Order: sequence, then structure tokens, then C-alpha cells
Amino acid sequence: MRRWLLVALVVLPFAAAAAPSPSEMLDDPALEQRARAISAELRCVVCQNESIDASNAPLAADMRRLVRERLAAGDDDHAVMAYMTARYGDFVLLRPPVRSNTWLLWFGPAVVGALAASALVVALVRRRAAPAASVPLTAEEQRLVDDLLRERR
Amino acid sequence: MRRLLFLLPIVAVVAIGAGLWLGLGRDPSALPSVLIDQPVPAMDLPPVAGLATPGLATGDLGGEPMLVNVFASWCAPCRVEHPVLTRLAEVEGVPLLGINYKDEPAAAVAWLHELGNPYERIGADPEGRTGIDLGMYGVPETFVVDADGRIRYRHAGPVLPADVERVFLPLLAELRG
Repeated sequence: MRRWLLVALVVLPFAAAAAPSPSEMLDDPALEQRARAISAELRCVVCQNESIDASNAPLAADMRRLVRERLAAGDDDHAVMAYMTARYGDFVLLRPPVRSNTWLLWFGPAVVGALAASALVVALVRRRAAPAASVPLTAEEQRLVDDLLRERR
Repeated sequence: MRRLLFLLPIVAVVAIGAGLWLGLGRDPSALPSVLIDQPVPAMDLPPVAGLATPGLATGDLGGEPMLVNVFASWCAPCRVEHPVLTRLAEVEGVPLLGINYKDEPAAAVAWLHELGNPYERIGADPEGRTGIDLGMYGVPETFVVDADGRIRYRHAGPVLPADVERVFLPLLAELRG
């Protein structure tokens, strides 16, 4: 019990420090939940690797407020995202959309993996096939080998 | 044919290396604006309280190439670029319009009083809403707007003399035809 209290004491201040502040939150819990989900997908453009949901930057707070305003005005999630990308471009999305200029990003690793796997398969198959492919010597070849071996003795 | 196959890893390494090397030269903090060649987002900003300079609305933009500068009295780089912008406005005769971003009106008035006011119009954006419409990251940012009211260039950070020579003057000369 005491240990858990200690853990709570250490962890809770950080949990409380996470954005958004209670004053920003919407009264409607369903709407607030959607706002949180959208905010988690949007990049805080000044801190770059944080979502606006996690960032305490003033611009992130402004953007959170805007997300909630759009939702309260009746926008669906897609429209809110579109509103943000119209201003900040695809960069504002933490998950880049699949587009011709992001194909390399999305499929590049899979393509490299597939190439490596097929190269491995080819190499293994060849190695296994090699002994079976050995052809018995012709009578002429056998005679040459025997000659050679006799010479060495 | 087989021998060529052995060259493949070398070719791959050189290609990847060249790509990475080119990437080194790029500034990761330079983010392209999606608003390039788009009309300036609609705005209707009131004047800064206590200032005789009129406010800024969409109808004031265009007609001739102009600069829209977003500034705040609390922003240190704004102080650095202020004489550069003043020179552009007064010597080159480029209309300079301002957006006072998330500022205290009294502080903005005092700031302009101290440094001079080269702005033809200044709209107050206390909530930073117009800033978000402009896709702004922070102050200062400066936009070159053409005669049709379209954004042609976005400059993030202070406008320095080198930027004026390298970017602003050539672009303005081109836009003025």
C-alpha cells in the first residue's frame, strides 16, 4: 500500500502536467473524447515530435482550442483534420497519408525486406540443389583421374 | 553478367550515400507553406487599441506587391528585423502591412513608439487565430503578397539584410514587372 502511494506520488504530477488543461475541455464527454483522439493525431508544429494533445506549447493550446471549436460547430473528425491540413499541410499529421510521394516511406521497408527474403530463399535453394546437380564422371574423365592419382603415389 | 551482379552492392551503397549526403544540406526546420500561390486567408482585424494606424482586412491586400509582417512586442527577433523592414518600406517603397500577434495593445504601442512605425496598416490578432489561418509557427513571419492578393513567399524568422538582397528584392522586382 505504501509503495503504491509512493508510485502515485511520483507519477501523478507528470500526469497532471500533460496537456490539455481542464479549462480547455468540452462539457460533452463524447465530443471531448473525439477532440482528444484528433489532437493525438496532430503534430505540434513548434515542438515537431509531440502531438498537440501532449504539448504545452502555446500554439498547441491554440490548436487544441480550435479543434474543440470545430467539433462544437458540428464538424466531423475528417473535416477537422482537413481544416488543419489546409493551414499547415500534411506535415501537421503525425501519421503521414499514403500518397505517391510517401510510397517510399510506407512501402520502402517492405520492399527491401521482400528483396532480402527472396535473395535468401534463392541462395538456400541453390545451395541445397548443388549436390544433386553433380553429374557422374564419364569413363574418359575417370581414366584421367585415376592416372593422376597413380602419378602422385 | 555474374560479375556485374557483384557491382550491385557498391552501386547501392553509393546511391544511398549520395541520398543521405544531399539530405545533410537540407534545413529540417524549414517547412514549406501550403499557402504559396494561394490567396491570403480571409481576415478582418481591428486596429491596435491606442494606435492611429488602421486595422487590416482582406480588402486591403493586393493591388500592388506588398509585405505582410507578423510581429509582437514580446518577440526579440522582431526587434532585429524592424530596421530591415523599415528600410524596405521607406527606401524601396514596398507597402508594409502588419499583424500584431498575441500582444498587449499598450506594449505594442510603446514598442512602435520606441522603434518607429513603418506599417501602413496593423491588424490586432490577440488570439492568434489569423496566425493559425496563415499556417504560422511563430513570430516573426513575413509574407510577400502579389497584386492579386496571393501569397508568393513565406519567410519564417527575422528578415535579415542578406534575405532582402537574396530573396525579397528579386521577388518584388519580378512581381512589379
